[in-house]
Amino acid sequence: MANKISDEVMDYVGILAKLELSGQEKEAAKKDMEKMLDYIDTLNELDTSGVEPMSHVLPVQNVFREDVVTNGDNKEETLGNAPLRKDDYFEVPKTIG
Amino acid sequence: MKKQYETVIGLEVHVELATKTKIFCGCSTAFGAAPNTHTCPVCTGMPGSLPVLNRQVVEYAMAIGLATNCEITRVCKFDRKNYFYPDNPQNYQISQLYLPIARNGYVEIETGNTVKKIRIHEMHMEEDAGKLIHDEWDDTSLVDYNRSGVPLVEIVSEPDMRSSKEVIAYLEKLRQIIQYLGASDCKLQEGSMRADVNLSVREAGSETFGTRTEMKNLNSFKAIARAIEGERARQIELLEEGRPVIQETRRWDDNKESSYAMRSKEDAQDYRYFPEPDLVPIVISEEWIARVRSRQPELRSEKLKRYRKEFDIPQYDAEILTESKSMADLFEAATALCQKPKKVSNWLMGETMRLMKENGMEPEDLKFSPENLARLVCLTEKGVINSSVAKEVFEKIFHEDINPEVYVEEQGLKTVNDEGALRETLKKVIAENPQAVADYRGGKEKALGALVGQTMKMMKGKANPGMVNQMLREMLQ
Amino acid sequence: MELLDLTAVELGKKIRQREVSAAEAVEAVFARAETAEPLLHSYVTFNREDALAQAEEVQKKIIAGELTGPLAGVPVAVKDNLCIAGELTTCSSKILSDYRPTYTAEAVRNLQRSGAVILGKTNMDEFAMGSTTETSWYGPTRNPHHPEHVPGGSSGGSCAAVAAQECFYALGSDTGGSIRQPSSFCGVVGLKPTYGTVSRYGLIAYGSSLDQIGPITKDAADCAAVLEAIASYDEKDSTSIRREDLHFTEALTEDVKGLRIGIPADYFGEGLDEEVAEAIRAAANILEEQGAVVERFHLSLVDYAIPAYYVIASAEASSNLERFDGVKYGYRTADYDGLHNMYKKTRSEGFGAEVKRRIMLGSFVLSSGYYDAYYLKALKTKALIKQAFDQAFEKYDLLLGPTAPTTAPLLGESLCDPLKMYLGDIYTIAVNLAGLPGMAVPVGRDQNGLPIGMQLIGNHFQEKILLRAAYTYECATNRQFEKPADIEKLQETCREKTVRNTVEKKEEVSAGKEVQAR
Repeated sequence: MANKISDEVMDYVGILAKLELSGQEKEAAKKDMEKMLDYIDTLNELDTSGVEPMSHVLPVQNVFREDVVTNGDNKEETLGNAPLRKDDYFEVPKTIG
Repeated sequence: MKKQYETVIGLEVHVELATKTKIFCGCSTAFGAAPNTHTCPVCTGMPGSLPVLNRQVVEYAMAIGLATNCEITRVCKFDRKNYFYPDNPQNYQISQLYLPIARNGYVEIETGNTVKKIRIHEMHMEEDAGKLIHDEWDDTSLVDYNRSGVPLVEIVSEPDMRSSKEVIAYLEKLRQIIQYLGASDCKLQEGSMRADVNLSVREAGSETFGTRTEMKNLNSFKAIARAIEGERARQIELLEEGRPVIQETRRWDDNKESSYAMRSKEDAQDYRYFPEPDLVPIVISEEWIARVRSRQPELRSEKLKRYRKEFDIPQYDAEILTESKSMADLFEAATALCQKPKKVSNWLMGETMRLMKENGMEPEDLKFSPENLARLVCLTEKGVINSSVAKEVFEKIFHEDINPEVYVEEQGLKTVNDEGALRETLKKVIAENPQAVADYRGGKEKALGALVGQTMKMMKGKANPGMVNQMLREMLQ
Repeated sequence: MELLDLTAVELGKKIRQREVSAAEAVEAVFARAETAEPLLHSYVTFNREDALAQAEEVQKKIIAGELTGPLAGVPVAVKDNLCIAGELTTCSSKILSDYRPTYTAEAVRNLQRSGAVILGKTNMDEFAMGSTTETSWYGPTRNPHHPEHVPGGSSGGSCAAVAAQECFYALGSDTGGSIRQPSSFCGVVGLKPTYGTVSRYGLIAYGSSLDQIGPITKDAADCAAVLEAIASYDEKDSTSIRREDLHFTEALTEDVKGLRIGIPADYFGEGLDEEVAEAIRAAANILEEQGAVVERFHLSLVDYAIPAYYVIASAEASSNLERFDGVKYGYRTADYDGLHNMYKKTRSEGFGAEVKRRIMLGSFVLSSGYYDAYYLKALKTKALIKQAFDQAFEKYDLLLGPTAPTTAPLLGESLCDPLKMYLGDIYTIAVNLAGLPGMAVPVGRDQNGLPIGMQLIGNHFQEKILLRAAYTYECATNRQFEKPADIEKLQETCREKTVRNTVEKKEEVSAGKEVQAR
């Protein structure tokens, strides 16, 4: 049941994760991923039928804030770390067209 | 002969909720603030920040779910929808996929004389994205996160609509319900209500659905109608040519009246949803639902019933007035001030609607106050101004919300009730129009009208027409 | 240097009694860091001037009687994934190498309210992904007990700093063992609290459903005092828990009579180093001698914790780390052609190999068609693991076992085989999946002089039991395994073995007033 990851899958995951691996990196990552998936596949030995998936381990529920404005103008803090700023905006490469 | 085709349409409607603060932080949602002023670590995706859910968002969503006959999901959760885009500061949107807050509802729409149920598949809560501004000069885009984190509900219908008429009726119905609840102002042009259209065509009589496309960027009812017609034609043309319709997202350009595919190889459209670990489940009890229900404001059907009982206006008027909550609010407020429901209704049904149409406005866009409308009604009722002057004054109110009492005074528009002045004018009119006078005396009742008209003209419209009529008759006897 | 031998609580007492000033304590650790840092590289940022300024402020408040707590004036080191307003917070990653948060993490604010003096930020595995502190973009930290070995990770910098007396205590974070394992490797006490006990607000997330902040200290008493200071209900963290009893220092009594201790037999299987096993057995015997009832039992599902963990943690990490994209903060690549190219180049250049590996894995297991097979399966496994612990805690008050299968490995040994490195977390990971409190306590040394730590695991909210057992053990053993690293000996070893005068710092970092660790 050894997992085989194709180059196409690696490229596809690269698009999803916005990562561009070099040829060498990609080969290594592919091997690691195959190995990890083989290992992860050992979970299939477990019978989990009828088991409710558990995302939160502690029974906390209904945590809310009230609808009250608590923040003022945080423009300078927000923009303070911007790699590229134009006036009071973050500047990014053109998104359409 | 060409084949007959049927259009099959489902809608995804996004509505910005009318909360004071964003869905996961205490930043204001006020529209139109200077860029990036309504931001904080949470809604700009700063590392280490965490979301905390706004209770009011859940309650508005529950209210909309209840009003659209949905089942409320008793244990609902948030999920992350992952995709990279600069208006999405975390590069994931907190939304609901697996356990949305409401499911399996419907609304009824009327087109012509038929009533039709449009089923609602599900409704979920999510956060809005920021705004991108395209700097044509520099060929870059600029990001403003003021809108990032504004609460939305997305209402997903079943593919139950068959024409743009039904689509518009469905949207108007949703808007009416949500406005009545006070859950959103639903302004299409400000983006607080947005619709994506899923459309496919099939041969008439076919049971199976065709391949659908999703159309985005529709900013008005007119654009939606045009986009539907355009996409229907495009798909039929493809089918007629024997080419396949491709399942894709398309962006509508209303200026060019055409659409283009948005897909690029960098958009895999694989959102990798998984449960949001930073938020805990929402457990909705029977009591909570009851509480939300009891706080629900009067809905349209209830309002209609009350109007019939409370106000002496025709059923037809009541139906038109209650179509939009802002119109109904205006009616009630003005009536409360002047106690003349029918008169207020006449102004709203007549001149207001005419001017709205002329200016391409929706009831939400009306700017004038009920106080000034009520004053106008009182002025005409007391005979201070006559009806033609009143129309002129109303236009001023409609556009500039002027105080009619002040305006009438300043412009000298009061009706002249002074008998002496009127008698002088009438004498003149009688002297100058011997033929009409003779005709009237000869039994032609109609001729009196011409004389009244002449008098009104000479008095620049300010005479009281009833008084003119009466005095003329006396003087001509 | 007698001052440095004090525990945090002892120092705090001397400061309150005006025997020592907070500034003197800062100067003492700074002098130690000047010697130790070139060998160890525990810190990413060490800010002497700022620490002295804080010390002065705190001292005034102590004199004015405004600060009376046990930690007032005591210098602390903070892991570099905890935000401090205006201070470099890098997660030991190139992508955040110039990032200064606009706000301070709640746990750090709690310390500040207690009068802590913050020395600087400690080195870690990049974004807490690793078990050795070798994946830091700033280069590895070395084990203060043996310079050719790793300190463990990901809180390796914090643990090394405590062991080398470069601070009096430190904060770490633990997603799969990142406090307990390096504590064990460095011979210090480390505790991961029950999930939700310490606010995660301001902790740069790795695996949100697993991350917890916790103390790294010289002994159990310090551990209790620090936990008491940082634990709080925080309305900014929806997963924060309202706990009634946060008086952890009350647990420091020498009493384990009748305490039921379970030893998972499955923790003593294949792969466990014999020296480690022996030390753990000895520790269990000591507690038994003190009156505890010790019993071996079968915990079950131990082998499934790691695969389940890597699915969940990688999936959450792949999403948590999407925000690092060169738009709002942090590194942006110099040359790019269009938006998507900017994203890809920024992230590919900004993240290290281990981080990329986990992002790729996480994105894959969540991608279309695989969610049920991997993610959902892992969440179900997690439910079963939680059940196994629930059953164990019906019979026992406390579980006791090794923290890691071996002592600290040699530098460079682990990264070439990631799967083997992941297997090193076999005893710690299940504790995070089940949200339980876990604590590492030094119980011995191997033949190379490298520390061995036992792990105590409690049921939800039972930190006090862990602290009581640890404290009792310390008293019974006269704290003989909690001796600090011998820095002079370390210097000698380095000279003898001509260990490369460690850790080249990347140069792009560090503008500003910070004295960067070198």
